[in-house]
Amino acid sequence: MSAKSIYEADGKAILNYHLTRAPVIKPTPLPAQATHNPPAKLAAIQFEEGDNVEGVLDRAEATFPFLLVPGSKFVAKPDQLIKRRGKSGLLKLNATWQDAREWIAARANKVQKVEHVEGALRHFLVEPFVPHPQETEYYININSVREGDWILFYHEGGVEVGDVDAKAEKLLIPVDLSQYPSNEEIAKGLLSKVPKGVHNVLIDFISRLYAVYVDSQFTYLEINPLVVIPNKDVTGAEVHFLDLAAKIDQTAEFECGSKWAIARSPAALGMPAIAEKTGKVSIDVGPPMEFPAPFGREMSKEEAYIAEMDAKTGASLKLTILNGKGRVWTLVAGGGASVVYADAIAAAGFASELANYGEYSGAPTETQTFHYARTVLDLMFRSPNTADGKVLFIGGGIANFTNVASTFKGVIRALREVAPLLIEHKVQIWVRRAGPNYQEGLKNIKAVGKELNLNMHVFGPEMHVSGIVPLALIPGKMNSSIKEFEG
Amino acid sequence: MAPSAIPNGTANGAPSNGTSTSTSSLRADDNIQRFAAPSRPMSPQPQHTLFHPKTRCFVYGLQARAVQGMLDFDFICKRKTPSVAGIIYTFGGQFVQKMYWGTSETLLPVYQNSEKAMAKHPDVDCVVNFASSRSVYQSTMELMEYPQIKSIAIIAEGVPERRAREIAHVARKKGVTIIGPATVGGIKPGAFKIGNTGGMMDNIVASKLYRKGSVGYVSKSGGMSNELNNIIANTTDGVYEGIAIGGDRYPGTTFIDHMLRYQQDPDCKILVLLGEVGGVEEYRVIEAVKKGVITKPVVAWAIGTVAGLLKTEVQFGHAGSFANSQLETANMKNSSMKEAGFYVPDTFEDLPAVLKKVYDAEVNKGSIRPAAEPAVPKIPMDYNWAQELGLIRKPAAFISTISDDRGQELLYAGIPITDVFKEEIGIGGVMSLLWFRRRLPSYAGKFLEMVLMLTADHGPAVSGAMNTIITTRAGKDLISSLVAGLLTIGSRFGGALDGAAEEFTRAYDKGLSPRDFVDTMRKENKLIPGIGHRVKSRNNPDMRVTLVTEYVQNNFPSHKLLDYALAVETVTTSKKDNLILNVDGCIAVCFVDLLRNSGAFSAEEAEQYLANGVLNGLFVLGRSIGLIAHHLDQKRLRTSLYRHPWDDITYMLPELAGKGAPGNEGRVEVDVK
Repeated sequence: MSAKSIYEADGKAILNYHLTRAPVIKPTPLPAQATHNPPAKLAAIQFEEGDNVEGVLDRAEATFPFLLVPGSKFVAKPDQLIKRRGKSGLLKLNATWQDAREWIAARANKVQKVEHVEGALRHFLVEPFVPHPQETEYYININSVREGDWILFYHEGGVEVGDVDAKAEKLLIPVDLSQYPSNEEIAKGLLSKVPKGVHNVLIDFISRLYAVYVDSQFTYLEINPLVVIPNKDVTGAEVHFLDLAAKIDQTAEFECGSKWAIARSPAALGMPAIAEKTGKVSIDVGPPMEFPAPFGREMSKEEAYIAEMDAKTGASLKLTILNGKGRVWTLVAGGGASVVYADAIAAAGFASELANYGEYSGAPTETQTFHYARTVLDLMFRSPNTADGKVLFIGGGIANFTNVASTFKGVIRALREVAPLLIEHKVQIWVRRAGPNYQEGLKNIKAVGKELNLNMHVFGPEMHVSGIVPLALIPGKMNSSIKEFEG
Repeated sequence: MAPSAIPNGTANGAPSNGTSTSTSSLRADDNIQRFAAPSRPMSPQPQHTLFHPKTRCFVYGLQARAVQGMLDFDFICKRKTPSVAGIIYTFGGQFVQKMYWGTSETLLPVYQNSEKAMAKHPDVDCVVNFASSRSVYQSTMELMEYPQIKSIAIIAEGVPERRAREIAHVARKKGVTIIGPATVGGIKPGAFKIGNTGGMMDNIVASKLYRKGSVGYVSKSGGMSNELNNIIANTTDGVYEGIAIGGDRYPGTTFIDHMLRYQQDPDCKILVLLGEVGGVEEYRVIEAVKKGVITKPVVAWAIGTVAGLLKTEVQFGHAGSFANSQLETANMKNSSMKEAGFYVPDTFEDLPAVLKKVYDAEVNKGSIRPAAEPAVPKIPMDYNWAQELGLIRKPAAFISTISDDRGQELLYAGIPITDVFKEEIGIGGVMSLLWFRRRLPSYAGKFLEMVLMLTADHGPAVSGAMNTIITTRAGKDLISSLVAGLLTIGSRFGGALDGAAEEFTRAYDKGLSPRDFVDTMRKENKLIPGIGHRVKSRNNPDMRVTLVTEYVQNNFPSHKLLDYALAVETVTTSKKDNLILNVDGCIAVCFVDLLRNSGAFSAEEAEQYLANGVLNGLFVLGRSIGLIAHHLDQKRLRTSLYRHPWDDITYMLPELAGKGAPGNEGRVEVDVK
């Protein structure tokens, strides 16, 4: 739970819907727009593994009627948190729907390499192509820091904007919104390079944009290029967000969830009222917010399984597979300890062999621990069996209240089930844990190690939290003077 | 806060420490410790002191376990008064919370609003806020309205970043120290412990947190603060103070705030900083060291060095642990701190060794003089924990052999509730599990359901329904009305089942022929329960009886008693046409057949169940359906209070010779002479 990136389509939908609705912090130089924005034309087209691509595109035509308006031109692009799409050839500009459709069909569900990351393209965005004069392009960025929110503005936008940190004009809006700058201060702080004639239009837009940023609890918002075409008497403007990247604060769901949802409801997106397929009742008007995984980090079945288990309990269960073919696996209790273990493994020179990052904490039940451990172990046995064998760290800090013996019962059950495989894959098991009743937990796991003939080393609180990592990975570190847990 | 402020208890740690108890005047079993309010205001503490051995706080939220942990800590630190002055719980209707003080007990006041709590305890200057992420913003803002509050620890995880920044902003303006959000809190050994910091008491004792040392630490992670306590206890003379600032992106106070306090505090000799990837707060400490504001030795490490070596972005456990720029990476932080003259180990595993070296140097310099180790305090173990560890046992006051709600799934006689539905065993199946602790064959379950359906109602005129209706009409609720009806069930109403089962069974078991049975009963001038109907007769049969009889004859493996009862009926109907086996009798004998002949019960069990009134149970259960229906019916009709008409009651009072004066008619006068 934290600031999370969202789909470009969702970001645009939120802006389009709330730009005229979010309360501005101070009056802007222009009167409020008489009518709200028309529904956003954003066709988000999603493919799943094994989907019939043409079928999905046919359905998209039904869901987004604007695609079929004769003579329209579109932009098509993947919407998966990929940066610099233009440079990777992932932008189809000024295309008829037929062209765009073919372009998407050729790429949907196919693996694409972007810079050094590989991932399947599954989520596309198609929207109207907006021809505009170069001088109406701007760059704007809002990001949050401890003291407030920085607004960065530059009078030229586009892919070639360059180092905006250095050249953009900046204005800090303090946390205390009663200190919000006046229109003159905004003009002075951000618009010194913009012709005076469009100041009012831009101040109005920036104020409204910032109002949405606050009201919908964004933590990051970048629009580049932003196209602002003033109307003839400069009392309003046509605004287009050509490219947008945004993060919102997931923890604010309880305050903003309904705002995020309504902006993305079928009505706000101009979708014809199609009977809900599932008939499911969602808690807000509109779908719950989605937080896509970074490009190339699509959740595997196992990760999804753990995430689902995590969502259903008060305990915390996390799993990220970093390298399924890695030799070093971790089964670590506690958020802090799990990072420390990953650090230690990397410090020992095994970053490329580190197979997973994850943790279990918050007093999971024996059964939950068992399923978690089984999932990690199953993944471990899927990685190739090499002559060097594998290393499994069953680690953790000093627990606060978790009964170590009872969570270890789950781990022990998992180990028992796969004991022959542990031997076959030459898995060294290193254990370090402390906290309530750790003596019993360590005694039990040690006994099981002996009974099943596993290659296991067990340590308690005398050992540094991640002290077993160098002992296991760096030859010569382990010696007879280092005492294991006796039981 | 000189160490002398900590009172030295007697050697055995008995609570002889100045509490206002006078146990002698109280009942022997009254083991409640009472604490007097401070007699005079405390002398002000230096600016850098956040917590001291007289710190008093409120706990916001009914967190009994955390409060108990704090009180236990206070007790082993030999504090005179508990650090928790009271609990603020806005949902509560409760006024005191019972807690342990050592082995005796004490009562903590529970307040429903902050205002009252503040007024009652002007000595409190700290709040441990356990409010949820949803409500913590509002409650913290409210708490900061009271000038007496100098520090607030916010435990909740998932506070929206904008709200956290607003809290931090207001706190700074008002000079309130915020610890958190998303933290376990912090600890000042020998003085004060925030909430659950340090974990269970054995952890705290193992890390010697009951007495102060010389090392102050600030950690981002609460979990790792436990590890730091352990490391510091193992390598130095112990922790002086430790704060976990919390894992969020915008903690209320950061490293620098606490590091500066430690710098100013003459009792704190070595500073430890445990930072993390994400944010830039470590650089403010670097700046302070570079400028010479912080001069004490700083041992530091930033965790998350692995992040730069991974191919893709990984969000680690903490919301704030995400590097947005090179500056925010753990590696850059570690190298910058090293450059600034911090003691930075090569890896986190080397931190204890580095800390030890720094500590030894301070001891050699004479700036730290390790104090003599006090006796390790004892703390009574909690009953629940001792039981979990299997150290103690006690006889249970209650036993249950039919259902268990403790596990992952509710169990009915050992069968998980999901299986109950999967196998579609129905109400009859559930009854067989809960009443008889076994799965009965499905014909038996069906039979039980049949009985419930047949006994569900018998019109409004019978006594049970009447009682229910009258009670409902008196404006009573569903339960009262239902119970009023149920209370009529007994040997006369509904109780025919029990009687029938008993008489028929006895006769059958004695080997009486049906005719002998009828004759015996007549000789004894007894009616045969279960025989006879007001209107139904052999030629006008009761369809309910027909249904049951046919079902049992077709489905039960054996129905000897039913056959016997039907033979009895032949005898009785030959005397009078309406002396048929009625529905009560039929159900009763069939039920006995079920218990005796289904093979699921032993003979003793069958007798036991009958003796325990299981037949009445069937009737009560079935008829409850009807009684509830009558209650709902009357409610629906909005019927008014019932009063029975006079003309329907025959008033027959004793009459005295010569009617008395008006008002005195009918009084019986007794001559006592």
